[in-house]
Amino acid sequence: MIKLSGIHKTYQGVQPLHVLKGIDLHISKGEFVAIMGASGSGKSTLLNILGILDDYDEGEYLLDNTPIRHLKERQAAHYRNRMIGFIFQSFNLIPFKDAMENVALPLFYQGVSRRKRNELAMQYLEKVGLRDWAHHYPNELSGGQKQRVAIARALITQPRIILADEPTGALDSRTSVEVMNLLKALHQQGMTIVVVTHESGVAYQTQKIVHIKDGLIERIEDNVDPTASPFGHGTVMK
Amino acid sequence: MIPIRIDRDQWGEITESLLRNKTRAFLTAFGIFWGIFMLLLLMGGGKGMEDLLSSNFAGFATNSGFMFSQQTSKPYQGFRKGRWWSIQVPDVERVRHAVPEADVVTPTVRIWGRTALNESKSCNVSICGQFPEYDRVDNPKLVYGRGINEVDIAQRRKVCVIGSRIHQELFSLTENPCGKSFQIDGIYYTVVGVSGKTEGGMSIGGNATTTVLMPYTTLQQAYNIGSRVDILCLTAREGYDMKQVQAKAEAVLKRAHRIHPDDKQAVNMVNAEAMFSMMDELFGGISILVWMIGVGTLLSGVIGVSNIMVVTVKERTTEIGIRRAIGATPADIIFMVMSESVVLTLLAGMSGITMAVLLLHGGDVVYSQVNPDAAPISFQITFSTALVAAGTLSVLGVLAGLAPAYRAMRIKPVDAMREE
Repeated sequence: MIKLSGIHKTYQGVQPLHVLKGIDLHISKGEFVAIMGASGSGKSTLLNILGILDDYDEGEYLLDNTPIRHLKERQAAHYRNRMIGFIFQSFNLIPFKDAMENVALPLFYQGVSRRKRNELAMQYLEKVGLRDWAHHYPNELSGGQKQRVAIARALITQPRIILADEPTGALDSRTSVEVMNLLKALHQQGMTIVVVTHESGVAYQTQKIVHIKDGLIERIEDNVDPTASPFGHGTVMK
Repeated sequence: MIPIRIDRDQWGEITESLLRNKTRAFLTAFGIFWGIFMLLLLMGGGKGMEDLLSSNFAGFATNSGFMFSQQTSKPYQGFRKGRWWSIQVPDVERVRHAVPEADVVTPTVRIWGRTALNESKSCNVSICGQFPEYDRVDNPKLVYGRGINEVDIAQRRKVCVIGSRIHQELFSLTENPCGKSFQIDGIYYTVVGVSGKTEGGMSIGGNATTTVLMPYTTLQQAYNIGSRVDILCLTAREGYDMKQVQAKAEAVLKRAHRIHPDDKQAVNMVNAEAMFSMMDELFGGISILVWMIGVGTLLSGVIGVSNIMVVTVKERTTEIGIRRAIGATPADIIFMVMSESVVLTLLAGMSGITMAVLLLHGGDVVYSQVNPDAAPISFQITFSTALVAAGTLSVLGVLAGLAPAYRAMRIKPVDAMREE
């Protein structure tokens, strides 16, 4: 599903910053992968490149066999809309739209009619268990609920992969479990999911952990039993 | 290409975004409102004033000039200074012959302070003797009957065209007086026409409403005035200046009457052309001023909108970033900002247009109430002016949206979401 080979990225500036120094990574369809690393290791940059939010300098990126390189903004927007579902640490819901409208927004940019996209939004809200909260605004929702709305928004376009940037970063341990369980359920339905995190408790819920250090992949660890967290069965470290 | 995705959500978003900051939106909109309001109000008002003034000159040739005699101020060829002289009928032919640049050359003569009588009704009048050609200098705008014609002149007919005041005083306003007679100084004249000129209008040699227009020859005989001419009226041919025409005519008159060529007093002249062109310049100046004020105010309003939109875009950086991340194209974002700017500008501008139209209409109503029988004057702007104003507003809305839309377009999702 994702094929990265020899990805380099340098941030130009007074002091050019070589962030990614040759990343080779292969993620197959249906995998649940965590990218781990300390802050400054380049994991966010990697996620931005995976999410077509940022361009890279060298190497090759194939997303579902589509080469992603030097795209026009229009094309990039199109791929982001159709192929990728984003989940962010700070939820990034639009504050003056209610839950349903937030979930429906990606379809608005596909030109789906209002009635149809709202109908679909309700279905996806139901999937994340928030049907009754459809007409609440983000400031009337708890952190966990907001993240579930964001997950519904990521899912509504039926993307090829879900990219989650510290999805539990702003949540307490109980809601973190909720969100992780939701992601795991999605994985079991066959969704390809990439989570970027610095919390090992979150990382160990996945199947494969990619450790990044100083812009290079340090090692890739196969997590045979995702439920066997070092902090006890079925828990998330907090 | 900008995708046009107008559905209820799009409108909802625009109104929502504008309503989120009501005071700010209102104050911004007020700049546009006031600009277009002032522009249209001044345009309508200016045009109304111009109409009002030019209604006074209705029928008056704008390329005309008038000449009359005064005492000489210099001795010449044995004549001493201070001599009285007058223009004579033969001078008309002389001027016609010597000044081909003049189109109409026609004499008039005046008798002042007479009383017109119709049975027991009377009216103070002045009499103006003229030739049919005079219509081309100062058209009487007849409401009834006909003007003085060549046969009247040749046969010295006792016919006349009366002013509206005489019509009212000697006859009744509602009846057509043509064919009826009245007397002045014991001589009966038959009314053949009624002048439509109104009180306060421009006229040469006294109030047109109390003037009796008569064939020159009739007056010549009735009052024994010989070949005297009081006012020599001229119009210039297309492309010629009245000033030059009068200068040449002046030289002709001076030579014929043995007046010193440098005598500044003997031939008195009024140049209506210069007067009219001065008035044209005045109105031209006023309309330039109106445009400067109106367009200036409007422009500052537009700049205000643009400024506020830039601030709004800055405030919405994160939101725009989110939209970009979930698939909005740059064109989507441009359209979002542009539509907001255009809607704000149009809303404000339309209310400005409406307000100006209502106020000008009020002016029309008041004017017609105060002056019920005056010439119909309208301060109202034309429909096409309003359409042009609306079109201009849309263009201005787009222009105002350009800078903020460009800023919004450059927002990268990565930067936007980092900024928490």
